[in-house]
Amino acid sequence: MGKHTPLHEAHVGAGAKMVDFAGWDMPIHYGSQIEEHHVVRRDAGMFDVSHMRAVDVQGCDAQPWLRHLIANDVAKLSLPGKALYSCLLKEDGGVIDDLIVYFFSPNRYRIVVNAGTADKDIAWMNRQLPGYNVAVTPRPELAMIAVQGPNARAKFWAAFPESKAASEGLIAFQAAEWRDWLIARTGYTGEDGFEITLPAAEAPAAWDSLKAAGVAPCGLGARDTLRLEAGMNLYGQDMDESVCPLEAGLAWTIDMKSAGRDFIGRKALEAWKTSRQFLGLLLLDKGVLRSHQHVLTKHGVGDTTSGTFSPTLQRSIALARLPLGVRIGDEVEVEIRDKRLRARVVKPNFVRNGKPLIQEN
Amino acid sequence: MNNPANLKYTKSHEWTKVEADGTVTVGITDHAQEALGDIVFLELPEAGRKLRAGEECAVVESVKAASDIYAPIGGEVIDANQAAVDAPETVNQDAYAAWLFKIKPSNPAELDGLLDAAAYAKVADEH
Repeated sequence: MGKHTPLHEAHVGAGAKMVDFAGWDMPIHYGSQIEEHHVVRRDAGMFDVSHMRAVDVQGCDAQPWLRHLIANDVAKLSLPGKALYSCLLKEDGGVIDDLIVYFFSPNRYRIVVNAGTADKDIAWMNRQLPGYNVAVTPRPELAMIAVQGPNARAKFWAAFPESKAASEGLIAFQAAEWRDWLIARTGYTGEDGFEITLPAAEAPAAWDSLKAAGVAPCGLGARDTLRLEAGMNLYGQDMDESVCPLEAGLAWTIDMKSAGRDFIGRKALEAWKTSRQFLGLLLLDKGVLRSHQHVLTKHGVGDTTSGTFSPTLQRSIALARLPLGVRIGDEVEVEIRDKRLRARVVKPNFVRNGKPLIQEN
Repeated sequence: MNNPANLKYTKSHEWTKVEADGTVTVGITDHAQEALGDIVFLELPEAGRKLRAGEECAVVESVKAASDIYAPIGGEVIDANQAAVDAPETVNQDAYAAWLFKIKPSNPAELDGLLDAAAYAKVADEH
């Protein structure tokens, strides 16, 4: 039996199909993964993401320590509550994890890391502490609920009207502390919404209040199809310790601007000779793309890293690492079992805010 | 669990129905569709293909995963269900109505080796 989040009883009581995810018993769906996908694109859904780990970083060296630890630069965060997405890299440039870091003050930040990598990440962070006046405090006692969709914020405020004053002014990727909750305008679906961090003991009542306000419980299955449509990477699938972020579509998260900033992995990235690029595929023939399928192009062979059926596009889509020289618009072939199916190379960004971003044909 | 008593089953979660003319209709069980989740694609054998019992002959893909379908008995494929190919979600809605293909058995005695509903229910419980 896996670990349970504070919402485990709520999931089981709602008839969720539970699966193992990184050692946690998590709901994959509550009936139909596709309906849960659509409710997030069209209205409002919520995900239990309490398996992810919040880690507080405090101390007078918090900012210089984070500028050394991660590839994106927290020095550009000045608005209280503002967050950024970053990779945590090894010296050789491999990706230990991807994370979000929230800024409260130059001596107080919060990081949120993936469930499957949390213990490894925290051990790594602790090894980087010597020489810095910083305390790293994992917060496993906190629960997290992602409320996502075009009506997510309105329904969240209907459930928690007292929180509106604190959270209605938030811009994208900004969070506000409200009581002992953190309300962040972030997500992993390509839709507007909030990610709420709150004490575990309050999570079941908050879940029920959101449900009563018309927010539909959604499982990790829909979370995966939503993030893939939004072109967002999944750690362990699209990148891992053997993959350079420059070949995983993550160059935008690596901040090289400050020449004197010696972040872990910088030297390796500066010396890196890229041979592959990260792009999207839209399957033209019938079938379903999955991870680890060969992609045949006139410039060589690539691989899919994530693939699924896109409920919004009603077509199969994938993220793929392809040889340099392949261009957006090219037609390629994907090996699926004993067949070669035709796919078109597209920007790895398929759907945002309910709208397809690519032309179907 | 819904396993009609007039059908025979395989350990790999196919159901079979012997029709009045001796042909055999094949589909996947309610347990199988439930485990797969939302089905979005079917790849079925073409009419005329000769199958051996246990041979991989079709693929059912859900949002989550691809699952191979095995021929419950040997024989020649005489029909595939195009309506299910066009609307794969009908397999989720009623796995015993949305059949996949029909076989003309080469050796009807192979049917005796299949499971009855009670024996299949035990198999499904273990998975």
